[in-house]
Amino acid sequence: MLDSKIPSGSLDQKWTSYKGHCKLVNPANKRKLEVIVVGTGLAGASAAASLGELGYQVKAFCFQDSPRRAHSIAAQGGINAAKNYQNDGDSVYRLFYDTIKGGDYRAREANVHRLAEVSVNIIDQCVAQGVPFAREYGGLLNNRSFGGTQVKRTFYAAGQTGQQLLIGAYQALERQVALGKVTMYTRHEMLDVVVIDGKARGIICRNLVTGELERHFGHAVLLCTGGYGNVFYLSTNAMGSNVTAAWKAHKKGAYFANPCFTQIHPTCIPVSGDHQSKLTLMSESLRNDGRIWVPAKAGDKRPANDIPEEERDYFLERRYPAFGNLVPRDVASRAAKERCDAGYGVGTTGQAVYLDFKYNLINKYGKAEANKQGIQHPDTETLIRLGKEVVKEEYGNLFDMYEKITGENPYEVPMRIYPAVHYTMGGLWVDYELMTSVKGLYALGEANFSDHGANRLGASALMQGLADGYFVIPYTIGNYLADEIATKPISTDHPAFVEAEQQAADRIQKLMSINGTKTVESFHKRLGKIMWDECGMARSEKGLTKAIEEIRQLKKEFWSDVKIPGSINEMNPELDKAGRVADFIELGELMCIDALDRNESCGGHFREESQTEEGEALRNDQQYAYVAAWAYQSENNWQLNKEPLTFDVAKPSQRSYK
Amino acid sequence: MQHYTMNLTLKVWRQKNASDNGHFETYPVKDISSEMSFLEMIDVLNEQLIKEGKEPIAFDHDCREGICGMCSMYINGRPHGPWQHNTTCQLHMRAYQDGDTIVVEPWRANAFPVIKDLMVDRSAFDRIIQAGGYISVNTGNAVDANATPIEKDKADDAFAAAACIGCGACVAACKNSSAMLFVGAKVSHLALLPQGSPERKNRALNMVAQMDKEGFGACTNTGACEAVCPKGISIENIARLNREYMMAGLSDDK
Amino acid sequence: MKWSELFTSSVGKKWIMGLTGIFLILFLIVHVGLNACIFAMDGGVMFNKAAHFMGSNAVPRILEIGLFAGIILHIVQGWLLELSNRSARKKGYAVPMGNKGSKWYSRSMGLLGTLLFLFLVMHIAHFWVPSRITGLDPVMIDGKEYHNLFGEMLQVFQGNLVVVILYVLGCFALAWHLLHGFQSAFRTLGLTNGRYIALVESVGILFSVLVPLVFALMPVSMYLGWIK
Repeated sequence: MLDSKIPSGSLDQKWTSYKGHCKLVNPANKRKLEVIVVGTGLAGASAAASLGELGYQVKAFCFQDSPRRAHSIAAQGGINAAKNYQNDGDSVYRLFYDTIKGGDYRAREANVHRLAEVSVNIIDQCVAQGVPFAREYGGLLNNRSFGGTQVKRTFYAAGQTGQQLLIGAYQALERQVALGKVTMYTRHEMLDVVVIDGKARGIICRNLVTGELERHFGHAVLLCTGGYGNVFYLSTNAMGSNVTAAWKAHKKGAYFANPCFTQIHPTCIPVSGDHQSKLTLMSESLRNDGRIWVPAKAGDKRPANDIPEEERDYFLERRYPAFGNLVPRDVASRAAKERCDAGYGVGTTGQAVYLDFKYNLINKYGKAEANKQGIQHPDTETLIRLGKEVVKEEYGNLFDMYEKITGENPYEVPMRIYPAVHYTMGGLWVDYELMTSVKGLYALGEANFSDHGANRLGASALMQGLADGYFVIPYTIGNYLADEIATKPISTDHPAFVEAEQQAADRIQKLMSINGTKTVESFHKRLGKIMWDECGMARSEKGLTKAIEEIRQLKKEFWSDVKIPGSINEMNPELDKAGRVADFIELGELMCIDALDRNESCGGHFREESQTEEGEALRNDQQYAYVAAWAYQSENNWQLNKEPLTFDVAKPSQRSYK
Repeated sequence: MQHYTMNLTLKVWRQKNASDNGHFETYPVKDISSEMSFLEMIDVLNEQLIKEGKEPIAFDHDCREGICGMCSMYINGRPHGPWQHNTTCQLHMRAYQDGDTIVVEPWRANAFPVIKDLMVDRSAFDRIIQAGGYISVNTGNAVDANATPIEKDKADDAFAAAACIGCGACVAACKNSSAMLFVGAKVSHLALLPQGSPERKNRALNMVAQMDKEGFGACTNTGACEAVCPKGISIENIARLNREYMMAGLSDDK
Repeated sequence: MKWSELFTSSVGKKWIMGLTGIFLILFLIVHVGLNACIFAMDGGVMFNKAAHFMGSNAVPRILEIGLFAGIILHIVQGWLLELSNRSARKKGYAVPMGNKGSKWYSRSMGLLGTLLFLFLVMHIAHFWVPSRITGLDPVMIDGKEYHNLFGEMLQVFQGNLVVVILYVLGCFALAWHLLHGFQSAFRTLGLTNGRYIALVESVGILFSVLVPLVFALMPVSMYLGWIK
């Protein structure tokens, strides 16, 4: 039975009341307690730093060469907070409400409200750490608006907000390393969780430089290992982003919740060919100033600038007049796919739509700048020149990046964009305290499922990662560890450690001994294609059933025909990748099973069987207002546990952005 | 943009592990699209090597969008290849023509020992940050974010310095293997902000001390670091570090 | 922090280079000003008087000690830095970076400095040693006896093409050394303000061209007989 441990009381008092009543660990005892943190992105670095500051002995692990490289660093647009510095009607309640609604009523109210509450502390903390957010001339913080909301609540640092926040958390983490409170293990990959008497007590990991397996004890284990978007092969995730840590935890008893909830981001640079290894996001903030369109005539192959205004179809503005280009990500992505599938797509592949800045370059920025400079009746050229300067300041690095990748200058010709896998709302099931269904095993940030429901709003991932790490786990972990003060560190010679290490070693041995004919990469590509075709932007019973069969087949083939060069006891990136892909294959199957089970459309999950007459997603609250928490039973066999979702404050309604 | 395919000759540094001497290997690669990224071209070569039963080339890479700072190749005599303000992962093959020979080497500096092939150990940078590259504020101690207004120009300069991705190209390019641009960028980022002010003296002194301990050379202002920096970090940050350091050293009363 | 720690750190060592460098730049101003007296076309009268002042007055004599100390410090520290900087990369690149990010002379300060040092040995042997130690021929000006340093110059340069070429080459080395060293010294001392950096760079270029040019003109003029 799932107990989400949501505190009683009114929604806005739950967190306050929890903090007032949770158990505490006194400073002398904190020194004796060891905590393992896996992953050093925003959630992991902030958690490791904060727990170190509190006095716990922390061991932090990452597979990269430095904690500063975690993929949180690539987040571009910004971080939301209910500061209401702009005096435009924002509040904790509004942020809560937008997040619940944006998530299409598939997130937990209590968690989301807590997130909105602590959002304001995050900004304070980051500024104090020296995060250089964008500022106004008066020296105060600036905000921008982001998709799916009607207020300006997003704090940003040019197009590098994730980088700046991560560097802040990384520096806090390195400070604790210097103080001896955190021990950092870089180029280490977690391969298993060690569970003793029903409690997580450590991990097995592989030193990626030497290939050696290591055992590490902890009174508690925190998984901050990010999302699993790379199951699709092509995604905006980093090449190394993987599900392995979460998947091992899942197989050791942690439930996997809503695995099929995937966010397809509307504004990414389109695929250019078979060689493509990853996709690059163009920040959603670009939708503030770019207008999305396709030619009004199918198959129109003229260059974008030669297509006159009246022959363009601004399909988002046409379909959703109230939100226009700022509709949530899932809505924008589906609309772009619909146009492309109908033959209106642009570019060589026909799998792209235009994101055009010219209108706002002239009419918004150019005119404002001309007014500011007192230029009377400026001509279009002057307006474009003035507008470019402002746009450059706002998005310069994104425009440069686009030009480097495509060789086209987005100041002159519209960007071509297409949706791509970006974020996974699903993840390890956690209760209000961020504890998984295994005692003492926690999941933070994108690795858990809790806050974004079926669709995440822009600029909320950074917020959640830091909320979990800085402001939630420091309280909730104490509530667990308070009962562990008498537990002495368990020797890593304990049979559970030995067994877990042996299993990891056996699996590596097995992988290396297959010595087949196909590369790891080729399996990953094939898995990605199955997932994208059948479990991507649109899903159907027929397609999913077929996909499950294909994935099972692929798994068999992988385990009999994969070829891994090199040896075990050395640095071997192909071996690392093989382990990750093997886990992705298993996860892919579960995602399809989950997508098949959820016969409704909600957020990023669009079942073709469940749509309105106009082709909008149709939710089914009667049957599916639950979190699907899957328990691993045996190969190809999962048991579904349902956590019912109740909405006492934000009453579910059909989302409308018209 | 006209697309084309090309055949290339790659000369790549291969080194089994830290204690191996290492050597160059020459590989032909065929039918490379001008739309590929440089690393995708290496991917193609690696797939080819695996199929031939050889070991693929080990190289560091992760985000492949120019921000994580993990990729680190020295290509035809320039860190991150020929393009300005660019990382290896964002270098695209249209920078090359059919028939070109490309020599790929790892970063070279005593402080960045080679781990395998093109991978180097940059943990020295982490230890420099540990020496003082932070603001000591425990979680929960912060005042309201807007309590201290910061002059926009200063904030912009701090951001420009903070944009450093820690890739180490500055060290790789410097004839002295100096890490002054990296250290200067961090000291500047924090010294330009009022929040960083209380610790600025010790920060500059300790970070420089750690930098020296790691075996990086001294700066001779040649500007090679700035020229190859993917994020365009200015060498003015080095001058600022020099000043911060001496002001701290001269005013220190211990 | 101890003084010794401060000035033996990489930044401290560079400060010493910068400070002594600027001190030597100031010396060059005095030196070039004094020597320019030969262009007065008065048969060396003004020049010999000025040289006499420098050799007899207590202030310049004391400064001279400082000058030698400064030169030695600059040279020794420079060499030590060059050595330690070179050893920071034991294994080099197969394809050198060359001029893809820096000017050749900015990377060659050790070499240029060494050439200048060799030049300096010759230069000191030519003029400083005779004027301070071994003695110079006397010359009568306004009824007073002066050392004829001007005569020594004529003697060294007239008819001696090899020496003249060496001096001109020395001036080239000086020009390139200054072209990088002038602005680099200010950066090392912590000049960050963009406006002043631009100013220092322009003055630096002007200085690096003008001063060596005037110096080079001296042996050339004497060799070609423009000055007698």
